[in-house]
Amino acid sequence: MASTATVPFTGVFDADPVHSSFGFAVRYQGVSVFRGTMDDVRATLTTDGSGTRLEGAAKVESISVRTPEQFRQHLLSDEFFGAESHPEVTFRSTDVKLNEDGTARIEGELTIKGITRPVVGTGTWTAPASDAFGNTRGHLNVEAKIDRTEFDMNWNMDLPSGGKALANDVTLIIDASLLQRAEA
Amino acid sequence: MRILGIAGSLRRGSHNRKLLRAAAYALPPGTELVEWDGLADIPAFDEDLEADPPAAVQEMREAIASADAVIIATPEYNASVPGALKNALDWASRPLETNVFRDKPVLVIGASTGIFGAVWAQAEVRKALKFMKAHVLEEELPIGMADAAFALNGALLDPAAGERLAELVAALCREVEAPVEQTA
Repeated sequence: MASTATVPFTGVFDADPVHSSFGFAVRYQGVSVFRGTMDDVRATLTTDGSGTRLEGAAKVESISVRTPEQFRQHLLSDEFFGAESHPEVTFRSTDVKLNEDGTARIEGELTIKGITRPVVGTGTWTAPASDAFGNTRGHLNVEAKIDRTEFDMNWNMDLPSGGKALANDVTLIIDASLLQRAEA
Repeated sequence: MRILGIAGSLRRGSHNRKLLRAAAYALPPGTELVEWDGLADIPAFDEDLEADPPAAVQEMREAIASADAVIIATPEYNASVPGALKNALDWASRPLETNVFRDKPVLVIGASTGIFGAVWAQAEVRKALKFMKAHVLEEELPIGMADAAFALNGALLDPAAGERLAELVAALCREVEAPVEQTA
């Protein structure tokens, strides 16, 4: 069987908003997991002479928690995202490694609520190929763990049975379906 | 066996009324669950009225006294018990030595529209009932995101939550059959 040549990402690829998801998961009540997504996200993977960079921004208002209103407002408030003063969450990579074995490691700086912290995401990538519609499409799947309290998201309550209502560790789960940008 | 269901919300379409009905689906054979519907008629607790309690209070006490067990489904307001429910428990607790909850097997469950499922309100209802020397099951059943928790037929959509509710109802029935004395 002939070996398949790996075609790396070259040029500019944008995350296709329909087929991408930018999610988070956080443990609550010690046992359950709450998941949500940000729907209004822009992300771009650029490869040029200086290497590969990943940049992205998500609008906090696009968080998937829409009801109940009280819950949404709590998440947008200063106890969590502080959306009024900080309407976007942004990411900028400092090092992107797309390894030959299909694994990916991305280091970068994540900014939430105006606070920038280093973050490391690991996962997998799929080399770009022609999709059914004639586009050149690749994929990047990355997970990263952050401590929400480092971003001044400190809300918590003691549970009646002991322990805390909400975990500090939050897992970010990113599936970016990356479309090659047409030459301008 | 006759179980009295008390929903801590006055609203007609309340999630906790639905939760009581979901509990009714889980009853063992030979058991019926009757919903007490008089919470809105209970006046504010007033020691001056104790010698001749209002009719609504008398009816509530009789309903509790004649039941083999009680299930209380509580919402949560401001991380605590709704005032109307606490007020009813206060009326029911008098006089303390002979109150209608004394030695009564009670299961406390709860639903809320946030992710925590009225866990704090349930703990506080259990605290008050224990003080009244009821046989309160220690277990809780927090049903969060209640807007999306019930099927059209009133059953819990999450199979694990439905199973848990059935287990707790069965435990309550066992408590009636073989009461275990609580230590003070």
